[in-house]
Amino acid sequence: MSSTVLPRRADGRIERRVEHVMGMPISLALRGRHAATVAGDEAWQAVITQLRRVDEIFSTYRTDSIVNRLDRGELSVEECPPEVAEVLALGDEAERISGGAFSIKLPTDDGRRRLDPSGVGKGWATQRASQTLAALDDTDFCLSAGGDMVCHTADPSRTAWRIGIEHPLDPHTLIAVLPIRSGAVATSGTAHRGAHLVDPRTGREPKGVASVTVIASSLTWADIDATTAYVHGRDAAKWLQTRPIRSALVVWADGTTTRLPQDPISSDID
Amino acid sequence: MRRIVIWLASTITILVLLFGYHTSTNRTSSAAAPSSASSPTSTAASNPTASPSTKITTYQGSVAQTRWGPVQVQITVRSGKITKVLILQQPNGNRRDAEINCATVTSEGYLQSLQAALDEAGR
Repeated sequence: MSSTVLPRRADGRIERRVEHVMGMPISLALRGRHAATVAGDEAWQAVITQLRRVDEIFSTYRTDSIVNRLDRGELSVEECPPEVAEVLALGDEAERISGGAFSIKLPTDDGRRRLDPSGVGKGWATQRASQTLAALDDTDFCLSAGGDMVCHTADPSRTAWRIGIEHPLDPHTLIAVLPIRSGAVATSGTAHRGAHLVDPRTGREPKGVASVTVIASSLTWADIDATTAYVHGRDAAKWLQTRPIRSALVVWADGTTTRLPQDPISSDID
Repeated sequence: MRRIVIWLASTITILVLLFGYHTSTNRTSSAAAPSSASSPTSTAASNPTASPSTKITTYQGSVAQTRWGPVQVQITVRSGKITKVLILQQPNGNRRDAEINCATVTSEGYLQSLQAALDEAGR
């Protein structure tokens, strides 16, 4: 990144940006050297540009998107941009690992399976776009895509980001606040969008679970694992124990919680 | 320019949400809707400072007690249009410095989310 003579935010103040892409808010919190520099702003613009491109390729809402054309057989994978093969491979791996609880081929009413890689694409795209921000020297960021986030702290001696986990049964309160220096946090649940997560094997909504939050090193897999665990319903916590994640929080439908690993992770529930 | 308009629109929406949130149960009921910018009411502690040549007026809203803490805004009106919203007071309780992680929130739902309030307050 180029150096700049603009005033620096050495005071730890957080600069914020919001844009709407893929039908969801993309918000950035930036602190440190490039919080308020041209380089910082350019990195943010690059993030948005990259996410817009991903949307053009993967949107299932746009009839002319690459993915919809692929689904209709108008294109072959080889004719698609390289990102498509990458995301499809991720989807296949996720389906294999989850035993079919996660799939990018979702059942439709007419019994067909529709290609919908959005379950993989969002976390993957956000993790990938965050690399631009990670390249800013001595700068911390927290990039959120519709609630799922990638955090980065350039200097380990600096304060961790405080991540408030929204209560799925009362979205105006937090169920936990977790300090995270660098890593990803993803939550799956139906608090904001109604029932939209179904088990691809049965087409039915999972029971017993209100939300699953996964903390892992990459948002690509945090997102996939949170979704898969949610689809596992009452077996969510049990399934998560098989995954290489840092920690997780499962909120059950009755409001009780399970934390993984079982020994208490640093947090203050309020 | 379009972005500015959208930004203002979302700012106003969030302010309405922030202000409107607790008014039904809030005993002090000091909430001032941003509409008070065009016609300051008795609930708004307005101190319009009009400049006749450019017709720029600033209105200071009264302090609204929201669920997240006190909020106070100042609105600048130029030729009948809101040109600036300044947050004079914002909640800074325990939650206010946390980034909010949640199940996917859509652009529509964002306006009612904690992160939206945080983003606005942090501008």
